[in-house]
Amino acid sequence: MTTDIDELKSIASQVRRDIVRMVHGCQSGHPGGSLGCTDYLVALYFSAMNHDSEFNMDGIGEDLFFLSNGHISPVFYSVLAHAGYFDKAELATFRKLGTRLQGHPTTHEHLPGVRIASGSLGQGLSVAIGAAQAKKLNKDASLVFTLHGDGELQEGQIWEAAMYAPHNKIDNLIAAVDVNGQQIDGSTKNVLSLGDLHAKWTAFGWDVLETQGNNMEFLLSTLAEAKSRTGQGKPIVILLHTEMGYGVDFMMGSHKWHGVAPNDAQLAQALGQLEETLGDY
Amino acid sequence: MKKYTYTDKKDTRSGFGAGLLEAGKRNEQVVALCADLIGSLKMQDFIAAFPERFFQTGIAEANMMGMAAGLTIGGKIPFTGTFANFSTGRVYDQIRQSIAYSNKNVKICASHAGLTLGEDGATHQILEDIGLMKMLPGMTVINPCDYNQTKAATIAIAEYEGPVYLRFGRPVVPIFTDPDQKFEIGKAWMVNEGADVSIFATGHLVWEAIQAGEILAEQGIDAEIINIHTIKPLDAEAILASVRKTGCVVTAEEHNRLGGLGDSVAQVLATQLPTPQEYVAVDDSFGESGTPEQLMTKYGLDAAHIVEAAKRAIKRKTKSAVSAL
Repeated sequence: MTTDIDELKSIASQVRRDIVRMVHGCQSGHPGGSLGCTDYLVALYFSAMNHDSEFNMDGIGEDLFFLSNGHISPVFYSVLAHAGYFDKAELATFRKLGTRLQGHPTTHEHLPGVRIASGSLGQGLSVAIGAAQAKKLNKDASLVFTLHGDGELQEGQIWEAAMYAPHNKIDNLIAAVDVNGQQIDGSTKNVLSLGDLHAKWTAFGWDVLETQGNNMEFLLSTLAEAKSRTGQGKPIVILLHTEMGYGVDFMMGSHKWHGVAPNDAQLAQALGQLEETLGDY
Repeated sequence: MKKYTYTDKKDTRSGFGAGLLEAGKRNEQVVALCADLIGSLKMQDFIAAFPERFFQTGIAEANMMGMAAGLTIGGKIPFTGTFANFSTGRVYDQIRQSIAYSNKNVKICASHAGLTLGEDGATHQILEDIGLMKMLPGMTVINPCDYNQTKAATIAIAEYEGPVYLRFGRPVVPIFTDPDQKFEIGKAWMVNEGADVSIFATGHLVWEAIQAGEILAEQGIDAEIINIHTIKPLDAEAILASVRKTGCVVTAEEHNRLGGLGDSVAQVLATQLPTPQEYVAVDDSFGESGTPEQLMTKYGLDAAHIVEAAKRAIKRKTKSAVSAL
């Protein structure tokens, strides 16, 4: 747990290096959304969340995180490794035969830090609500966090869950949406417009916060604000305005790097923009 | 031949309701979820006893399955309740990823399975659910035959660690199993020993198989009847032992002939002991509106059809098949 912005930024830089190296290493995976959500996951795991890297599935007494948009597994794996859940050397096995770091996160290979499989979109909010209900039954005051893609909100199950949580006062839940405006086939505006997300979540009964998702200072203050609003009868959602591919100039702001790996030259170019701070795996 | 009689009839879903209450009393980690079908699933008694351990999800089955997966994180043992159609086909991907692949200790409890749902018609009469569920790695699939067995199965799955699909139904049917039975997951139940044909039945077809056995006995045919309440994991040992004696098989189920109990049995036999087999099942069609009795007759799922199937199976026994034993 730290609130040192420089330290968090330094971790984020290393995580971004890991992401492009992992995706390059297996020539597959999803760098765009991973880079865009790096700051949020670093803020969660190194500042906002109270969690234990001695992994226990039930997570009694600790904050839980569920990655619903499982395709951004590179950022999740890198953050878990740096947070101490497993050796960062294992990042080199990403998407390779026999790895615990499957293309999309799974509990099947018993990778510490993963509590549910995700990849097929739209399911994580429901799982998080169930875990939040279990915490309430267990008189466990810790919190449940989630992350979703904005394209993922096109899945109907999200809105089933969005309706359930306020009705049942799931106020130990802080969801987040990566609003980068991009999905595989193009911009969300062109593929299937999400409309006014703030108004939609508000209408469903959520307490809605918005922030710049690639600004560490804003992320910490927004997460502090979100935590202060828990326990007041409403679930909370943070709309994170991010840029897909953030930190690597040629990947930024385009859907083209959603699920494409860099070649050798592109890797070198990307790494040139990302300082090695904690040592490459 | 053991004679089975009954003094009372009840719906298997009521066995589930009674079992859920009992499981809830025995273990405070047992919780229940329902998607707007509390009365149909007979969950009222559990809710009255443990209101804080019940979650009404509304008509949102996908969310219910995801929530059930999440409730296991924190040690809960969630039982979901809705119709079989909405417990499987509607939420297949949620079950696949969040429950089966994630190996969560969720009990998917499905009422109104099969044709005996009756008048509501084919939209609600799922005949593919056993197939859907048994294909999922790690999923246990159970289809008990009467009130007592459904109650016992419900209690048993609460004590078992892992995802389970429990299938039961709406019609009022004879209660002929022991009220104090110990339900063993994966262990077939010998209903009646016999020498001429093995009848492997599941769910509501077990009582029909017993009736068929009596008709066959009057005609000098000695049928062995086994209740396969657990379709996965299948009790291959019991199946093989029976077939070694009888040399021919009838499978009986309230399900599509594709992907159900019959196919599970056929797979064991084809690979280990090739044997003539006849299916009593729905012949790859949807159901329709009607009373349960009318539908079971029309689609060939009653004692009379089991009798005919047994005779066909016996006729197909060849010298080579018998000598291979």
